[in-house]
Order: sequence, then structure tokens, then C-alpha cells
Amino acid sequence: MSENPLRDAIAEAIHDNETILFMKGTPEAPACGFSARVAAALQSLEVPFAAVDILPDPRIRQELSELSNWPTIPQLFVKGELIGGSDIIMEMYESGELAQTLGVEQPSGAPEAAPAGADPAPAPLGIENRLS
Amino acid sequence: MPTVEDIKQRIETGIPGARADVEDWTGGGDHFRATVVSGAFAGKSRIEQHRMVYAIFGEEIGGPIHALSLTTRAEEA
Repeated sequence: MSENPLRDAIAEAIHDNETILFMKGTPEAPACGFSARVAAALQSLEVPFAAVDILPDPRIRQELSELSNWPTIPQLFVKGELIGGSDIIMEMYESGELAQTLGVEQPSGAPEAAPAGADPAPAPLGIENRLS
Repeated sequence: MPTVEDIKQRIETGIPGARADVEDWTGGGDHFRATVVSGAFAGKSRIEQHRMVYAIFGEEIGGPIHALSLTTRAEEA
């Protein structure tokens, strides 16, 4: 282990929680539209997930980003692996791939019926819904 | 403050053969959205593709560029 207790604690949290979301704010009170949308997507899939608010201490974000080699928040890890930030997660949510990754059923109804989280922009959800 | 054109050029210079469409998401000059298509993405996961774009901007992401929303593709769909 490194001589970096905070980074070790982050690594441990990622290891110990099958699904863990690092976000700004909390799922109940997200502090950023991107975090809000990912948290809402997870909630709509009804999967239990751990959520870590990175805002209280700027070092959390710094250590997390160095650990994950990913610069932005939110970051979703499943089974210890970084699945994506908000763009990838929302793309996966809309395609049904996220439900598959999490081993749950995609709820019925149109994808656009889902995350009603605060959007950072007036652009509608799902505008980037391109399957590659 | 970076402009849409700056960001487009830096992506296209930074990734071989990339074509980038960039828009200023909020009109505020700090939340951008980019669609990037490049053969250099072939065989790479989405995570790796996004990392390649983020790497061009380094510390600016989260700094002057508050958000850079990405859609990446190896080729035109």
C-alpha cells in the first residue's frame, strides 16, 4: 500500500462496494447536473449503490482522478472497474447496456422518461443517443 | 477562455485523423460538448477514447474548461 491514506481509503471503497458512484453532492441533493443525471439513472434501475460526495474535501477528487486516470466527476465503478463518467453512463443507460452491466432489468418505458435530474444545459436528454 | 474553435483545433491536432464537432453547451464559454470521430479510436474502449481526448487538455478540464461532454466514435456510424 502507498503512504497515502486517503488514496488507500478511496481504493478500498471502490473494492468493497460492488457499485459506487463518486459525485458532487448526494443522490438526494446532487450539486451538479452531470452527477444528478447519473445518480437518477442508477436510481431508476433500482440498483443499490454507494455514493461518495467528493465536494467536502478537494483532495478526494484529486486522489480519485489520479487513481482512476479520469479527470471529471461523476465516476461510476462497478466491481472495482471504472465504467465511465456521465457521458458514457448516460449513453449506456439509454442503450440498455448499463442495466446489463449492473445485472438488472431495464425498466419499461421510454429512456427519455428517466433521469429528470437537473440538466446543466437546456439541451434535452438523450440527444447524444448514438449507438456505436 | 477557450473558444469552440480552439477546442476543435486542439482535438483535431492532438488525435491523428480526428474530426471534431464542438459546441458551447451553455453559451458561457466553459461547458463544451464535442463529438469526435477518429480512426485512432478503433479497438479502444469508450473509456480509453475519452481519456485520449481529455489528455489533450490535462489540467484545464475542471479548470477553465468546467465540462467537456464527449461522444466518441471510431468511424461514422
